[in-house]
Amino acid sequence: MENEKNILEVRNLQVNFKTYAGDVKAIRNVSFDLRKGETLAIVGESGSGKSVTTRTIMGLNARNADITSGSILYKDQDLLKKSDKDMESIRGQDIAEIFQDPMTSLDPTMKIGKQIAEPLMVHKGMKKEKALAQALEMMKLVGITDAENRINDYPHQFSGGMRQRIVIAIALINYPEILIADEPTTALDVTIQAQILNLMKELQDKISTSIIFITHDLGVVAGMADRVAVMYAGKIVEYGTVDEIFYNPKHPYTWGLLSSMPTLDSSGDELPSIPGTPPDLLDPPKGDAFAARNAYALKVDTEQEPPFFKVSDTHYAATWLLHPEAPKVTPPAQIVARQKKYAEMQKDLVAQQRPAVPVEEEEEQQ
Amino acid sequence: MDYENADKILEVKHLKQYFNVGKADEVRAVDDISFDIYRGETFGLVGESGSGKTTTGRAIIHLYEPTSGEILFNGKNVDNFKSKADQREFRQDMQMIFQDPYASLNPRMKVKDIVAEGIDINHLAKDDADRTKRVEDLLETVGLNKDHSSRYPHEFSGGQRQRIGIARALAVDPKFVIADEPISALDVSIQAQVVNLMKKLQREQGLTYLFIAHDLSMVKYISDRIGVMHYGRMLEIADSDEIYAHPLHDYTKSLLSAVPVPDPEFERTREEIHYDGSGENDGKERHLVEIAPRHWVRADDDEIDMYTQRAHEASLIRK
Repeated sequence: MENEKNILEVRNLQVNFKTYAGDVKAIRNVSFDLRKGETLAIVGESGSGKSVTTRTIMGLNARNADITSGSILYKDQDLLKKSDKDMESIRGQDIAEIFQDPMTSLDPTMKIGKQIAEPLMVHKGMKKEKALAQALEMMKLVGITDAENRINDYPHQFSGGMRQRIVIAIALINYPEILIADEPTTALDVTIQAQILNLMKELQDKISTSIIFITHDLGVVAGMADRVAVMYAGKIVEYGTVDEIFYNPKHPYTWGLLSSMPTLDSSGDELPSIPGTPPDLLDPPKGDAFAARNAYALKVDTEQEPPFFKVSDTHYAATWLLHPEAPKVTPPAQIVARQKKYAEMQKDLVAQQRPAVPVEEEEEQQ
Repeated sequence: MDYENADKILEVKHLKQYFNVGKADEVRAVDDISFDIYRGETFGLVGESGSGKTTTGRAIIHLYEPTSGEILFNGKNVDNFKSKADQREFRQDMQMIFQDPYASLNPRMKVKDIVAEGIDINHLAKDDADRTKRVEDLLETVGLNKDHSSRYPHEFSGGQRQRIGIARALAVDPKFVIADEPISALDVSIQAQVVNLMKKLQREQGLTYLFIAHDLSMVKYISDRIGVMHYGRMLEIADSDEIYAHPLHDYTKSLLSAVPVPDPEFERTREEIHYDGSGENDGKERHLVEIAPRHWVRADDDEIDMYTQRAHEASLIRK
């Protein structure tokens, strides 16, 4: 591992899907780190490759997937070189996943207590009684009321929110190092969503797991993530801390995403939208894949792919606009407002740090 | 929107829609709701799943026989349309846009036939050339290309399919369109496109929308007025800006407090307000009361003072 703090390092990952029409280049050179204990959000449209990335980590890709290059380092071992059998023991034990739809990710014919206990029996060889006892504890932990009486119920006897709690209980029963949450609240109502997100934060503190959170809801990202990676057309186009991405975004695609979501304050006739549709990854365009939909596209965008430019130690964006010779552009109004807020926050931070000095002096005196 | 001179295009009066009536599993999906929709406005209907918002929409377009209550469209009771002509006119004037752009288009029909189905049924086209022209115009209106007309639905993306669904609804020149979660199956960047299209069509053709959704920020953006439903009942109706800035009912407050906002600073301090719905079922007689001008809240006689007090504190009532 390059860095002590990392639990997972993905490097130069490329995944193609073989179809009758040709190779769909779903992941085109993706690299990122997951730090211990953090929540990394991956955002992007459908087809941008967020789910393929995590499925590749889990070794759950469809049979026509072809991993052409890259490595996924977990505890100094490359997951891509593991046998199916090894991956099976890693899944559910070291790395677990919560899926989007709690209606389809549970076995309708199995009692939920057994479903929650199953990972313990399979991975740890635990006896059934002991495993069920732990399952009961887990049910209480994820907030299933009246757990003792419900342990022998079937999934259809629970509401959507409760089912998602069961799915979370199954994923966390072995205290995994990494939890992948693929749109875990998209199928739920806002009030239930709030409960589930709070539960995930609470449990993350309790069992100190690292989370990869996939979603297209930027509101959820703002509340959950420590760091954010924005994906477009099979690539990460920008990544940084949650504040950097929301208040000081640099990539025009991130601008578009942030502006096209109405906030509760926005009004006016026209909602800024990103024109057009994502490119066909059977034949990805030359240069920057976003160029065709990008009002800020430069001539170089259609010819050469932009490399990552460094904005800060934690913030990188792949857009030619950050090149020293690029023309200065004004981002959309909403983004300018966000940047202004960011500047003020930075000022506040500096101001907050100043009164810290006398406190230290006091301590010295004591 | 000028409500002083606005006339009502739709009046829903004490609508009840029960399923499995008289059986052990009777469901009161919609339980005595009343509201009006004015010509040219967008009325947003929000609520959680199971709150009855979709059932309300379906009852209005008469996909169900209401258990009781009346629905007046242009002043005429929808239930009393006995003659074929009346029914046909009603079906032309009121159209629907569906949630799932994949399930709502027949995969074995070409786009032109999907869009023209309403034109054919209502004999709106003089001849084949007129039909083709109408279809091409409609496709253009919704931002598609006329070359698209001989393709099949699977050749389109979700956003484009939703545009086809909108073109189909517009084909019969409707006055009132029910959009049931029209954007929730679409990507964020495409949602904005479809919402902008719906707003543009409203301006150009004077359409009235009933916009049903659970995405509260998008509902606020598109709606003039909003109704909040819970357990089959309408709890609060007000102008969209007002209901978001000054919700009076506890449930509305709770619902709004749960909306995640794309602003990390805000999210760090956001407190969710928990709502205990048990008070709603204490058997007291409740109905919508106009607490502040054009701001209705479901209350019993004792609660009116409390809500009036809240409205005073929010300066919704001047005195």
